[in-house]
Amino acid sequence: MALTKVFTRPDSLRDINFHFCPGCHHGTAHRLICEAIDYYGIRERTIGIPGVGCGVFLYNYFDLDVCEAPHGRAPAVATGFKRVLPQNIIFTYQGDGDLGSIGMSEVIHTANRGENITVFFINNSVYGMTGGQMAPTTLLGQRTTTTPYGRDFRTEGYPIRMAEMLAPLEGVAFAARVSLHTPTQVKKARKAVLRALDIQIKNMGFSFVEFLCACPTNWGLSPRQCIEKIDGEMLQSFPLGTYKNRQDS
Amino acid sequence: MNRIEIRDESCKGCQYCLIFCPRELLQIDKSRINVLGYNPARFVDNPEKPCLGCALCAEICPDALIEVYRKKKGAVKANVRTPNT
Amino acid sequence: MSERQILKGCVALAEGAIAAGYRFYFGYPITPQNDIPEYLSARLPQVGGVFIQAESEVASINMLLGAAAAGARAMTSSSGPGISLMQEGLSYMAGSELPGLVVNITRIGPGLGGIAASQGDYRQATRGGGHGDYHLIVLAPNSVQEMYDLTIKAFYLADKYRNPAMILADAILGQMKEPIFLNPPPLVLPEKPWALTGARGKKAQLIKSLYLADGEMEQHNWHLYEKYRRLEREEVLVETDLQEKMDVLLVSFGSCSRMVQSALDLARSRGIRVGFLRPISLYPFPQQAVREVSREVGKVLVVEMNTGQMWDDVRLSLYPGCRARLLARPGGGIPAPGQILAEIENLVKAGDGIDESVHQA
Repeated sequence: MALTKVFTRPDSLRDINFHFCPGCHHGTAHRLICEAIDYYGIRERTIGIPGVGCGVFLYNYFDLDVCEAPHGRAPAVATGFKRVLPQNIIFTYQGDGDLGSIGMSEVIHTANRGENITVFFINNSVYGMTGGQMAPTTLLGQRTTTTPYGRDFRTEGYPIRMAEMLAPLEGVAFAARVSLHTPTQVKKARKAVLRALDIQIKNMGFSFVEFLCACPTNWGLSPRQCIEKIDGEMLQSFPLGTYKNRQDS
Repeated sequence: MNRIEIRDESCKGCQYCLIFCPRELLQIDKSRINVLGYNPARFVDNPEKPCLGCALCAEICPDALIEVYRKKKGAVKANVRTPNT
Repeated sequence: MSERQILKGCVALAEGAIAAGYRFYFGYPITPQNDIPEYLSARLPQVGGVFIQAESEVASINMLLGAAAAGARAMTSSSGPGISLMQEGLSYMAGSELPGLVVNITRIGPGLGGIAASQGDYRQATRGGGHGDYHLIVLAPNSVQEMYDLTIKAFYLADKYRNPAMILADAILGQMKEPIFLNPPPLVLPEKPWALTGARGKKAQLIKSLYLADGEMEQHNWHLYEKYRRLEREEVLVETDLQEKMDVLLVSFGSCSRMVQSALDLARSRGIRVGFLRPISLYPFPQQAVREVSREVGKVLVVEMNTGQMWDDVRLSLYPGCRARLLARPGGGIPAPGQILAEIENLVKAGDGIDESVHQA
């Protein structure tokens, strides 16, 4: 019996090795977004806007127009793009420091304006590119290069939950948190990515997908241990789910 | 027989595919170091418990290096689909 | 065909932008430039444009960055403190070679300062302002007519050089009303093959300012350097009013130059032979013109509403051995024509030779 190829790299993902560390989930997020772009056939009208961090090299991997944004400002840059090119599909791709710390103002107001863009948010609970400093999403007790004794709520506050924070805003049409640490979760994540872009294609407003990801290098864990950490601690602090899914009118 | 192909020259040996293969058909190839400097994953089919073509390995591979080939039966959903729009 | 109207400076500037084919405004309220967003929030929808009141100046400049990268003529306006917040975005735009217009209707600094007119942002505007090795194209109007004309010119230069441009005006120019001819030049929008509009039928494109590979960033900086040298050769704008055998050359820009022109009339009526040089493009600065005229005159009086910022550029450009003085007035006051005249007379009396002294108006 002839064999059929049932799983392969999406066309929008260039045939180039990722620079990411072994076990890093950026690559999985890249693949899922490219799959969804191919699925809807929107590659030629999609513009990606990476923030600053390990994700900035998105332009090396995505075979579509890409514009770099200053740290945290991707949602504002995306707003400029979308207002000039309302027929195009505009997404940002931001890490937790980029979106949840320095860019908090931009993402909240872009969401609140109901800008018809999609924000993909990589939450791995540390600053990856700069060397593992505390992020706004760092778990309580987690050791980072700037919380060497572990994050203490009395001095560093609490991990910030972006999906829950954005979901109640009227301008937000879709907000979900997914994880990429098991195949089952990856499949659920795919559905969220598809729906987020679907929302934008249908002009329904702001859509947001938060991915829980591993950073084996800065966590100081093997990829296998990272899965356990996500499955245990991280899911406790960051419950998975769809926090908003506006129905098609 | 169902099978997978791993682009092992780009594999970083994270072992995610090993962890999630329900038939334990993946292993780390200790005999070889690829061009990136890692012991890559290797697919070794087992006639007793052959590959299901479930694509869990491909789904979890963070570097998108695994292609899955299956006898055409649509039971397991994977990522190659045609747009419905 | 043009029609004479009486308009406020901020409104003339906004109409100039619309005449330049601009349709996207992003900005955040700050005194004394609020007439621009208030006017455009009503005007832009009439011409199919987009007006966004952003959550901050940081967001404004990055919306401008996005709109510019998408190929549109876009603008933001602000004043001192807001312009400081935009410096990050301006540096990225210069690094990514994106055109766009930023209007600074200045107020007094540093800090919250005050809302009266000042020329204290000259240095920030002409030196780049943000991090890295770059310049903005900076044009300084001194009338409501120029608020209109130079805005059109600034869009043109920004596109031509793929570099952000700035209109540096102040509260006086923004608020005052004057007769003006709205004389829009024929609108020719340049092709922007580099703009990102989606990879339809062409290779995917990239706009970035990050260059990590060995030597890439150095090469990029030399490329920008060449662009700025070309600007300095080809785009200097300067107004002069010279006489034979001048006793003193007056150098001043923006609103302050109008007081200087009044003083010039007073001086000439008293028989003092006075020349006048007004940089219109502050970057590129008219170095050559200052050098040539100062060689002829020997004595130069710079008048500014700050403690001496363009003063630095004039001294760099002076013909060696010239006697130069600065008449400075920071803090919201305007040098009066009588004070300027007195300083002209002092300088005429002074001997030849090097003297670079600062005097408070």
